[in-house]
Amino acid sequence: MIELVSVSRCIECNLCVKVCPTHVFDEVEGAAPVIARQSDCQTCFICEAYCPVDALYVAPFADRSVPVSEDDLEESGALGGWRATIGWGPGRTPIAKTDSTPLLESISPRRRG
Amino acid sequence: MSEVGRVNGQRSPSSEPIRADDPIKFDTDVLVLGGGPAGAWAAYGAASRGARVTLVDKGYLGSSGATAPGGNNVLYVEPDQKLRDEAVASRMAQGGYLSEARWIHRILDNVYEQLKLVEQWGYPFPKDEYGNSQRSHLQGPEYMKLMRNVVKKAGVRILDQSPALELLVDSHGVGGARGVSRLEGLPWEIRASAVVIATGGCAFLAGGLGCNVLTGEGLLMAAELGAELSGMEFARHYAPSAGGGTVTRGRTLGWGTFSREDGTVVDRRGDPDALARALLDGPVYAVLDKADTPEKRRILRGAHAIFFLPLDRAGFDPFTQRFPVTLRYEGTVRGVGGIRITGDDCSTTIPGLYAAGDAASRQLVTGASSGGGAFNAAWALSSGGWSGEAAAQYALSLGRKPHERTLQAAGRAGVQSASTGSASIETAAVIKAVQSEVFPLEINYFRSVPVLEQSLRRLNALWPAVNGAPGTSADELLRSREAAAMVQTARWSHTAALARTETRGMHTFAEYPDTDPRQQRRLTTAGVETIRVRPEGLAPASAHPEPHPISWRKAVAA
Ligand SMILES: Cc1cc2nc3c(=O)[nH]c(=O)nc-3n(C[C@H](O)[C@H](O)[C@H](O)COP(=O)(O)OP(=O)(O)OC[C@H]3O[C@@H](n4cnc5c(N)ncnc54)[C@H](O)[C@@H]3O)c2cc1C
Ligand code: SF4
Ligand code: SF4
Repeated sequence: MIELVSVSRCIECNLCVKVCPTHVFDEVEGAAPVIARQSDCQTCFICEAYCPVDALYVAPFADRSVPVSEDDLEESGALGGWRATIGWGPGRTPIAKTDSTPLLESISPRRRG
Repeated sequence: MSEVGRVNGQRSPSSEPIRADDPIKFDTDVLVLGGGPAGAWAAYGAASRGARVTLVDKGYLGSSGATAPGGNNVLYVEPDQKLRDEAVASRMAQGGYLSEARWIHRILDNVYEQLKLVEQWGYPFPKDEYGNSQRSHLQGPEYMKLMRNVVKKAGVRILDQSPALELLVDSHGVGGARGVSRLEGLPWEIRASAVVIATGGCAFLAGGLGCNVLTGEGLLMAAELGAELSGMEFARHYAPSAGGGTVTRGRTLGWGTFSREDGTVVDRRGDPDALARALLDGPVYAVLDKADTPEKRRILRGAHAIFFLPLDRAGFDPFTQRFPVTLRYEGTVRGVGGIRITGDDCSTTIPGLYAAGDAASRQLVTGASSGGGAFNAAWALSSGGWSGEAAAQYALSLGRKPHERTLQAAGRAGVQSASTGSASIETAAVIKAVQSEVFPLEINYFRSVPVLEQSLRRLNALWPAVNGAPGTSADELLRSREAAAMVQTARWSHTAALARTETRGMHTFAEYPDTDPRQQRRLTTAGVETIRVRPEGLAPASAHPEPHPISWRKAVAA
């Protein structure tokens, strides 16, 4: 579930309010959006991909909320980790371009040898 | 550090009573409901034919639905007659011979061409060592972001965060839809000469990746006009998800070994039910021990990156440490059934109404087996494009313009009380009750006649509960409509399952473990209050008029 909107990073573009498929965020005038309906979060990580400044963190658990610390997330590289993995953001190569799916067959455990 | 709760200046229009006196209202030629791949291709197809097109999505065109957060393998076979014939023959057999070879060839041809277009639009397919593009897999975020740009460039008007709740209808057929805008807290009414339903499948809020927006309103809206469904009996697909997360892209688990709490291995060789059976007894774990070299691990991570995301975040090393695995129900998403298509152009039995993607039955190409793994994506792309083009042609050929028609809103359960003074719909309780009839493996996976019959009785008893008074805010209206659509979808699929007294493809019955050659035909399901199932091609549904307040046929008769 979504656990964090980093107020220090957020530039108030409200993109997350628009892209979240299950409408979890509410806009706030002159401030960062708030997580208004956390239990509706479907843990799809898409808001993280769209946030231009890596201000969001989605914890991996579908059915429960867990406490998180912004400092720890920042230190571990988790903030913005998903956006980096899919290669979104300036100067990055999209994962689509380096997609190794076509190679899966060559390492299939079902193949003998 | 989560920032739950309200602060000053917070705008929460979706939770306030909708401002009914100030609706968003306009006309368009083609209205597309849903902005997953099927809706995006439909909107593009219709706009390319010169129609004015509007697309509305419950969430956001680009991020919403089953494809966007993860990705799809796509049925992509070189135009080599032998390869194509083999692909078709293998699917026909797998699908219990309920699909049609001609339709499979159609999507093979179409996808091959359209993926070249996707590449021209800028999708960066990887290249093999000879520099050939590898077009058989689409990374979801990239693909759908691209499709949003394509649709926008084609001049389509897009309404995000604007779920459709009901269709408009008159004696000529469908005439648009109504819904709510969550960001503005306003109702919308869009009149249109043709409507494409591309709202995806119904996954009952089971929490599979990207699927909680898929709750079946498209099916209910179509059925309220008298449209038929097909293949509902095959909604028996469950997908593994790992580590307490949502990610239901399961291919990576092919490199795993599964074990029970006590460490004994779950032997899955040749037994498709092994995981489900083991889960009946207790928790199951997996470890990706067959990815035993850094090279294999690198390839897996570079293919289905999203599979690893929750595991990494939960602190597992999935290649060396066991992580828990469960099964999530997927309803009709990877389970075949949906609105019955009656023509090559993805038309339905209702004039002006088209269906595409998971909202439509995919049996024509997948038969009785799941379309996940390549067919669904190919179908979404193809049926999307075809329905959009046909809808545009239909709309542009209509003399009568939308604003000249006297249209009525056809929505009932979940948007309008059955009678004045009804109690409000207990949305959360209803949803829980439906889930407890479709999720349990004991009911819906290991199917047996008496158990499914009892479950259907309980589901039928829920129907009055969703005919009470809906709420007044956009959030409440949407939730009550979703609850109604889920109750209805569960009723349809249980009813259809009970009518197929055999085992074929995804559908199984303990009492009927064999495939019955006499039942090698598709089943059509129709009706809202009273549900009827019949073999396709037999007596037309219109022989049994729907006892429903407004159906298209009623409107015709009036
Ligand atoms: C995890 C996962 C992996 C998959 N992998 C594969 C694969 O590898 N290969 C394959 O072929 N298939 C795969 N599938 C299936 C494939 O993703 C779907 O078949 C495909 O997304 C269908 O496209 P669609 O546009 O019909 O529906 P969706 O992509 O689900 O989109 C439906 C859209 O409709 C919107 N909507 C819903 N209700 C309303 C409403 N009332 N009003 C307005 N809008 C509404 C939703 O917000 C959503 O944007 C996978 C599915 C899942 C869940
Ligand atoms: S997308 Fe990121 S920067 Fe924009 S409002 Fe949301 S949290 Fe803030
Ligand atoms: S993870 Fe998905 S559902 Fe949850 S807040 Fe982000 S975009 Fe919304």
